[in-house]
Amino acid sequence: MEKKSIEQLEQIASQVRRDCLRMVHAVQSGHPGASLGCTEFFTALYFDQLNHDPNFNMEGKGEDLFFLSNGHISPVWYSVLSRSGYFSPEEMNTFRKLNSRLQGHPATEEGLPGIRIASGSLGQGLSVAIGAAQAKKIDGDKSTVYVLMGDGEQEEGQIWEAAMYAAHWKVDNLIATIDLNRQQIDGATKDIMNLIDLRAKYESFGWEVNDIFQGNDMKSVVEGLEKAKGLSRQGKPVLNLLHTEMGFGVDFMVGTHKWHGIAPSDEQLAEALGQLPETLGDY
Amino acid sequence: MEKTLDLKFNYTEKKDTRSGFGDGFLEAGRRNPNVVGLCADLIGSLKMGAFQKEFPERFFQTGIAEANMMGIAAGMTINGKIPFTGTFANFSTGRVYDQIRQSIAYSGKNVKICASHAGLTLGEDGATHQILEDVGMMKMLPHMTVINPCDYNQTKAATIAIADYEGPVYLRFGRPSWPIFTDPAQKFEIGKAWKMIEGTDVTIFATGHLVWEAVVAEAMLRSEGISAEVINIHTIKPLDQEAILDSVAKTGCAVTAEEHQYNGGLGDSVAQTLARHNPAPVEYVGVNDSFGESGTPTQLLDKYGLDAANIVAAAKKVLARK
Ligand SMILES: Cc1ncc(C[n+]2csc(CCOP(=O)(O)OP(=O)(O)O)c2C)c(N)n1
Ligand SMILES: [Mg+2]
Repeated sequence: MEKKSIEQLEQIASQVRRDCLRMVHAVQSGHPGASLGCTEFFTALYFDQLNHDPNFNMEGKGEDLFFLSNGHISPVWYSVLSRSGYFSPEEMNTFRKLNSRLQGHPATEEGLPGIRIASGSLGQGLSVAIGAAQAKKIDGDKSTVYVLMGDGEQEEGQIWEAAMYAAHWKVDNLIATIDLNRQQIDGATKDIMNLIDLRAKYESFGWEVNDIFQGNDMKSVVEGLEKAKGLSRQGKPVLNLLHTEMGFGVDFMVGTHKWHGIAPSDEQLAEALGQLPETLGDY
Repeated sequence: MEKTLDLKFNYTEKKDTRSGFGDGFLEAGRRNPNVVGLCADLIGSLKMGAFQKEFPERFFQTGIAEANMMGIAAGMTINGKIPFTGTFANFSTGRVYDQIRQSIAYSGKNVKICASHAGLTLGEDGATHQILEDVGMMKMLPHMTVINPCDYNQTKAATIAIADYEGPVYLRFGRPSWPIFTDPAQKFEIGKAWKMIEGTDVTIFATGHLVWEAVVAEAMLRSEGISAEVINIHTIKPLDQEAILDSVAKTGCAVTAEEHQYNGGLGDSVAQTLARHNPAPVEYVGVNDSFGESGTPTQLLDKYGLDAANIVAAAKKVLARK
């Protein structure tokens, strides 16, 4: 795959945001907020960073693997998967509908290409990614395993069991990322359960921590992910703190937990799409 | 179809059963200062906001940490508090099974585990959120009471009743807007089945949302000359065995209906009772060993065979086996 410029990646991101909003709107359910907030990350990952084969096979030997632990942001994942060739963008029409492969939360049961484990119940993806990374190590496979988690998700105890384990076992072919949007369902994370200093927490658990301060700026995200790659394979698991805004890209959705899990109305969709150029053609 | 049928129960309004829980919880809090609430980042979904607003000093946001929530709740009972925990049914059971087993059930603690979005009918979120195994898990635990009310009014009454009952309770309710067909002034008696409709040919034992489907099925069967008895088993454990045995002694066969797996659900409880005391044919309406999926509640009830038409088919099948 030819290397894409930042401008090209930004164009893809605009379409990805359109896809997310149109999917959630069509079925009047789903999670637009953090899907929009993580659009730069997903676009950079699938169109720049990952060594991956859209001709999907479950084992992914010799490929970089990605896991989504905060499975509720399935729209953004489905969009980049289809836009990078895992399945036809047309299939986004079936999102959350009966008999679809695009389940509300990512699943393997229906065999959607690109998905290697079910997620939706929070707190489980880091453990799975660590396991996959260790399996690669056993085989001498030099690829990298990525996982994305939410910041509210850090409240789950299993995350910290996994964090301890990854450092203990020196799982340094793992690059985890936390979507630091400072929001969860019931409100701001600082009001719901104060996470205080995630950098200090992970560092004290033995991780290498890399802040990506402008998680909604494509250039910063690409550079940040590049830097994380450089930090990997040095004996420690790597964590990106990806500073994002929930709902980024649509002025009336940005920066609030209110859009965590509700769909835009017809008028709101039209207004939002007006702010996001159609670059690859709507499905 | 409901409109053309001569139903024994009717409704003018639909509402989600989780709102019955939220309103009952507020009422329980007003009646008893020992009632406290805990919720794992789902206050809106569980309808616990009114209680939180009125009793902020008795309400605790735990963040997304269900295992911790169960432990904290168990600890609070030691000083005589009556904690109501709130999260989705999946995260109220499977996620925290050992915490419930050791710190709540085995230790005999007075925790009310309140579980929304149970069954298939939460809809589009799909199988990760649609638990169909929770009744089985919870009823297997010694000391645990398991309640699955059928509509807004019954859920509200049940919520108030469990605050007055001493011991661990699993209260299961749902998300979809559902017919309200029971009396708003009903008295909820834990462990006492409610014979809603008398009949002679077959007994339908139903729980939760499917009680409404059973009411519809009864009218459909009646229009074909089949007399069905409908019994509302809101309390799956302790099971009202006397009511089950009395009814089947008369009708000679049974259909069970629930939004749950065949394995471990109400059907198994009824079948066990009959097998031990009065072997009679039973047919199950439920999910037969599969996970759910995304879809609208109505589509899912149809696809997984949980609606009134399926209860009618099961009744005819079991009648033929008498
Ligand atoms: C174990 C578990 N508990 C609760 C939920 C319900 N839930 C879904 S998303 C969410 C909030 C997650 O917060 P965060 O990780 O910050 O994601 P964001 O809101 O930023 O998308 C909750 C509580 C869940 N899916 N899984
Ligand atoms: Mg968040």
